[in-house]
Order: sequence, then C-alpha cells, then structure tokens
Amino acid sequence: MAADSIEREILIEASAEVVWGVITEPEQINRWFSDEAEVQARAGADGRLTWKPGGRGTGASHRVELIVPIRVVDAEPFHRFSFRWNHADDATPHEGNSALVEFTLTEEAGGTRLRVIESGINAVTDDDEGRARYRESHEHGWEKHLGELLDYVAAKAREAAR
Amino acid sequence: MAAAVAEDDALWTAVADPTRRRVLDALLERGEATTTTLAEGLPVTRQAVAKHLVVLDRVGLVAGQRRGREVRYAVQPERLDAASEAMARVAAQWDRRLARIKRLAESVQAQTGQDS
Repeated sequence: MAADSIEREILIEASAEVVWGVITEPEQINRWFSDEAEVQARAGADGRLTWKPGGRGTGASHRVELIVPIRVVDAEPFHRFSFRWNHADDATPHEGNSALVEFTLTEEAGGTRLRVIESGINAVTDDDEGRARYRESHEHGWEKHLGELLDYVAAKAREAAR
Repeated sequence: MAAAVAEDDALWTAVADPTRRRVLDALLERGEATTTTLAEGLPVTRQAVAKHLVVLDRVGLVAGQRRGREVRYAVQPERLDAASEAMARVAAQWDRRLARIKRLAESVQAQTGQDS
C-alpha cells in the first residue's frame, strides 16, 4: 500500500449482490455518498457526483454546490469496483491528478466484507479546492483513525514539539 | 498545483523509507542533532545519515541550521501534521460512508428476505 493511501473495511450482513447494488447504483449512492450521482458501473465510464449546499457529506459551512468528476476504472460485478475522482473537470484522470478508490467485496460466513482503499490522496488534497473540500466535509474527530505510519510519525512529531 | 503534487509525492517518498523514519525518530528523540551525533546512535554511516537528512530537509520535514562549523538539524512538525491530518480526514470519511453502506445493504437484505 502506498504511503498516501488509506484502507478501511467493514463486515456487512448482506450478500455481495446487495452490497454491489448499494455501492454502484446511483439511487443508492445518493443515500450514502453524494446527493446526486451520475454513475455507470462500466470500466471507462465518466460520471459525476454532486453535493448540494447543506446536503449530506458537507459541513454546515458548505454553501456552494460541489460537482466532482469520476471515471470508473474497473467494474467486476459483485467483486470489484474502482474509480478515479477529484481530477479537474476537463482533465483525463491519471495517477498524478486524481485519487483512486477501490472497493473489494468478499463473501464470507455471515455476509460480505467490503474493503475500500483510497490512494493518491495527496494528489488532490494539496490543491486548494481539494483541501477546502476535505476540510468542509470533516465532521468528527479524526485522531483515532490515523494510519499506522502517520500515527507513528505524527505522535513522535507532537512529542518533539512539546 | 503540479508543483504542489510533486512536492507532496516527495514527502510521502521521504517518510516511506524505513531508514529515514529511524533518522527522523532519532532526531525527534534528541530534539536537535548533527549528522555525526545521529550516526552514532544508528547502524548506518555518517554519509548515509547525511543523505537522508538532505531528503528530509528538501521536503521540509527537518531543517538544518549552521552553527559555526557544524549544522544542527531539528524536526519541523508542522509539515507532518498537515499531511497526516489530510489522510486522517479521508479515513474518517470512509468510515462514515462504510457505516452508511452497511446500514443500507442490511436493510435491503432484510427486505429481500421477507419477500422471498
């Protein structure tokens, strides 16, 4: 895993088919991610995610509509779904200008394990708009979510700063 | 923005190297140190430590200050904090999203079960 990537996972008591529907169907995506999703689960498909002012995933201070382009990289029903996002509107997404989100679905006893890896985060967070976006959508404390490496380094840095 | 991206790539490359993390760690413990004193506590040569410090200096993680004939290095924690905050925010967002996905999928599953 690259240094600027994060990985999270969750066990869901549902079949991989059901989970697949929730992460790829626009009307479902609008219930956990964006307010308006234009997404097709097909490799190479361009789409976009829209967040309305005061809608889900945006902080209370968020006053403008946010439209984020995405391009599906890989769509293998019930197994894998990945896309690049946060590139500029007119840009072709690639490693240097966008983040890659990869969902993996694995059926196991009791349900489906859903794993998500987002990498290339710093390709977007170092741009002003990306930073503002992440800042505005930041709602809860984040301390306990630090990745292993960053946790280690940041804790040491705080120690040193004292 | 391209410059900023390149700069950040360099930052991640810098902290991804295990030896550089040890150099960083040793420097954090000492607060301030020269290449020579750092090398004394590490299983690497003074030259290797010097090279790692150059990389860390270039990305802003450490800064060197010349005092007479020697250069004393110290960690610059602001740079690290900014980078780790961005990562942590993204992680927290995915935790929230996954929790919502779980709720949705499990309610869909429950309904499907009732229908059949």
